[in-house]
This record gives sequence, structure tokens and C-alpha cells, in this order.
Amino acid sequence: MSAALAAGFASPVHDAQAVFRCVMMAMARPGTVRRIAVPLDPPGCMQPAAAAAALALCDFETPVWLDEALSSHPHVREWLRFHTGAPVVAASRAAAFAFVADGRALPAFSTFALGTLDYPDRSVTAVVAVDALHEGMGWRLTGPGIPGETRFIAEGLPADMLDRLAGNRGLFPRGIDIVLVCGDRIAALPRTTIVEA
Amino acid sequence: MNAPTLTGYNFAYLDEQTKRMIRRAILKAIAIPGYQVPFASREMPMPYGWGTGGVQVTASVIGPQDVLKVIDQGSDDTTNAVSIRAFFARTAGVATTTATADATIIQTRHRIPEAPLTDGQILVYQVPIPEPLRFLEPRETETRTMHALEEYGLMHVKLYEDIARHGHIATTYAYPVRVAGRYLMDPSPTPKFDNPKMHMSPALQLFGAGREKRIYAVPPYTRVVSLDFEDHPFEVNRFDKPCALCGAHGVYLDEVVLDDRGGRMFVCSDTDHCGTRQEQGHRGDLSTPREGSAA
Repeated sequence: MSAALAAGFASPVHDAQAVFRCVMMAMARPGTVRRIAVPLDPPGCMQPAAAAAALALCDFETPVWLDEALSSHPHVREWLRFHTGAPVVAASRAAAFAFVADGRALPAFSTFALGTLDYPDRSVTAVVAVDALHEGMGWRLTGPGIPGETRFIAEGLPADMLDRLAGNRGLFPRGIDIVLVCGDRIAALPRTTIVEA
Repeated sequence: MNAPTLTGYNFAYLDEQTKRMIRRAILKAIAIPGYQVPFASREMPMPYGWGTGGVQVTASVIGPQDVLKVIDQGSDDTTNAVSIRAFFARTAGVATTTATADATIIQTRHRIPEAPLTDGQILVYQVPIPEPLRFLEPRETETRTMHALEEYGLMHVKLYEDIARHGHIATTYAYPVRVAGRYLMDPSPTPKFDNPKMHMSPALQLFGAGREKRIYAVPPYTRVVSLDFEDHPFEVNRFDKPCALCGAHGVYLDEVVLDDRGGRMFVCSDTDHCGTRQEQGHRGDLSTPREGSAA
């Protein structure tokens, strides 16, 4: 263990609750951008909002997969293991949570667990870092959690992201749920959301 | 009414690992509206049937800033509601209320408040039997396959048999709904009167079944459609008279027997709604006169 292991939540119980509520409301209202008001200084290129989600949701029951940018940094793995106890796995399909620091290199959704028709909940939640999150402009979002339609766009994702999301929507009720993070800001695109240009 | 917060327990009673497990289930439940997510339901300091599922969901969602309201059949002052409210006042130290508009989280047993819910509010339902197909098909393996294949014909047959026997759909509570055009869902034993309130509700609706170990959800602004037939469209219960205490029309009424000679009255099931209306000066047929009313 390194001597300079970064701190976790200052108040584990209340910070975890506050972060979860933020993630839950983001998931319930796709395309809305929220701020996670829990200060964290995670190691490497891990965004504070992604780190907060990891501390709030991961533990020994949730295998975690890290992308190249995160797994190549020794302190990220150490920090996650120490604070959450979650096993970091190399096989992306075995992961309950996937953390992606480089949104442009987001792996194909088919490399992750997408659930089964019997158990669609046994699918990955991908926490993906992006360059920017914009509410009120860009993509047209419809679906559960959205009154009518809303506009939202995330910058720094693969060029074919809309095709991937359309394919993901087509798998419903199977599919991947995406949490997008940028600094301390967070938004979500659950599998139900229809995203169009 | 807040008793001193108990020491020796974690915030909101549950341990943190349990909360994380339930929180993960809630996130998947929101992502797959109407699908019942299995979860490792814990023993709670109350018997099954007293809302252990709802209590676990509330305990995993609630924070120190929340204001909690608990209703049992619309009433804030029945045993179940009072004890669950006291439970969270003592284990989480949260503020409690009986006013629907003031609450951030409303835990409910079998009613949806009459006052419209708002954006940001969370409605937590206590659910006894989460599987709408259970009384038609007792095997979990079969009902799971029926949900997977979206094979819901059996439920339509059940409603059709109602019509064949009674001339109308006689199901009045736990009336099945389709959520976001996909999953068949049991809205818990709420009267079908409340079904339309679930449709496109601004509030997040979470359902917890403790004994059956299932959590499911309806996100805000989500289509919730009650099953029906073209020639027998879904209809809510209608009442001949307004509330006898506050004179409200278009609300769900409870029948109260007054004597042993057939006397009865119909009053709002939602006590907060009724009380608020009476404070505003609304009166029903059996209201005590304003001046002479005992405090």
C-alpha cells in the first residue's frame, strides 16, 4: 500500500446517502445534470463524481472493471480495494460496475453483462467520464423519467454513440445503464431512454 | 413529536452494506420500470406484513434533510403509520409530517394521497405480493418466463372471466397495470381509484416487498396503463355522495358504521386531505357545527 492513500468519504454514512440520492434521481430523470456535493480527491484520472459513485455503491458483492486509463494507474486499484473491498476483475463481462475514464475509448456494450430476459437486472452499470455535460441542448431524449422530451448532450464519447444507444434500447429489457460523469457533475442514461440526434 | 434519536444503531437502522445492496437494486428497478428486482431482504424489528419492504426502501433512501410522511390506508394516525413514523424519527432523527405537500418521502400502505404529488417527491409503497400473476400461476419459474416473454394473456383471461361472471371487471384493488408499455405490474393493494394517479406522476414511485424479497419502481413521468378491453374500458370507483365531513367530491371514501341499525357514513380515506379541507372551512353533511365543535 502506498503511503499516500487518498481519503474516502469524510462522513461515510451521510456522504454515501447523499451520493446515492444524486445517482438515483439522475437515473430517474435521464438527461438532467446534477452536482455531487461531496468533496473527494481520488487518485489518477478518476473523476470525483465517479469516485463518489464507487464509494457509495460498490462493495465485496460487486466485481468492478476498470478501463486501461484507470487500471494502468496503481493507486486507483489500491484506493478502490481499500475503501470499497470490491474485487477488480479483468473480465469485463463479470463486472457489476465498469469505470471508464476515457469516454472516447468506451468499449462495445456487448463486452459487458447485459442481463438476461429472465433477470435483466443482472447487467452492468457503466460509469463513464466525459469532457462535458450539457442540459437543454443537443440530443433529443424521450422515455420514462422525461416529461415529453428533453435536450441533453455529453461530449467526449465515441462517434457512433447514438447507434450504440439505439442498439442498447433495442435490447430492452436487457441492456446497459450508463452514468456519465464530468468533474463533480453527473447525469444518467438508463436503458429505457431513447436518444436521437 | 420527535423522540430522542436512539444510540447504538446506524443511521436509519440498516447497516451500510445492506443499504448499498438495496440501493443497487433500486437503481436497476428504476432502469427497468415495473420489473421486480430480487434483493436480500433483511429481518426487521417488525413482523412481515407490517411494511418491512417499504421500511427497508425508505431506510436506504432517506437522509437527514428529509421530511417523512407515513400513511396506512390514507390515514396518518393508524398503528402502522404511527409506529413506522416513530421508527424513523428515533433511528434517523428525521423530521416527520402528516402534510402531503411538506413531505419529501411518503411511505404508504395501500393509498396514494389525494393531493397531487410534485417533482422530487418519493412515494414508497409497502407491497405484500409483488407478482401480479401469482394467483394465476403459483410457480416463480413460470411467472418469470411469462414476464421475460411478455406473455400476459392470462391476466386478460382473468379480467374477461370477471366480465363473464359479473358483467363488468370486478377487480377493485391491486388492479394490474402495464408500465412504460412493457412490464405487467401489481400496484400493491391500492384501490383501482388510485391507478390513474400513477400515470405520468411527477413523483418517483418505489415499491418494496420484504417477505417476497422484491423491489420495483416507476420513474417519474412514466406511462402506467390499467389493463382493460375496448368494450369494457377501465373505470375508477365512483361514490354517490361526497365526504360526510369535508364535502369533497372525487376522492376515495371509507365507509364507517355508526350504529347497529344500519347507520353509516362515508368519509375521506386520506385524513390529511380531509383535515386540510375542514380547516379551509369545507363542511359535509355530518360535520359538527363550527362553533360547537369540540376541540
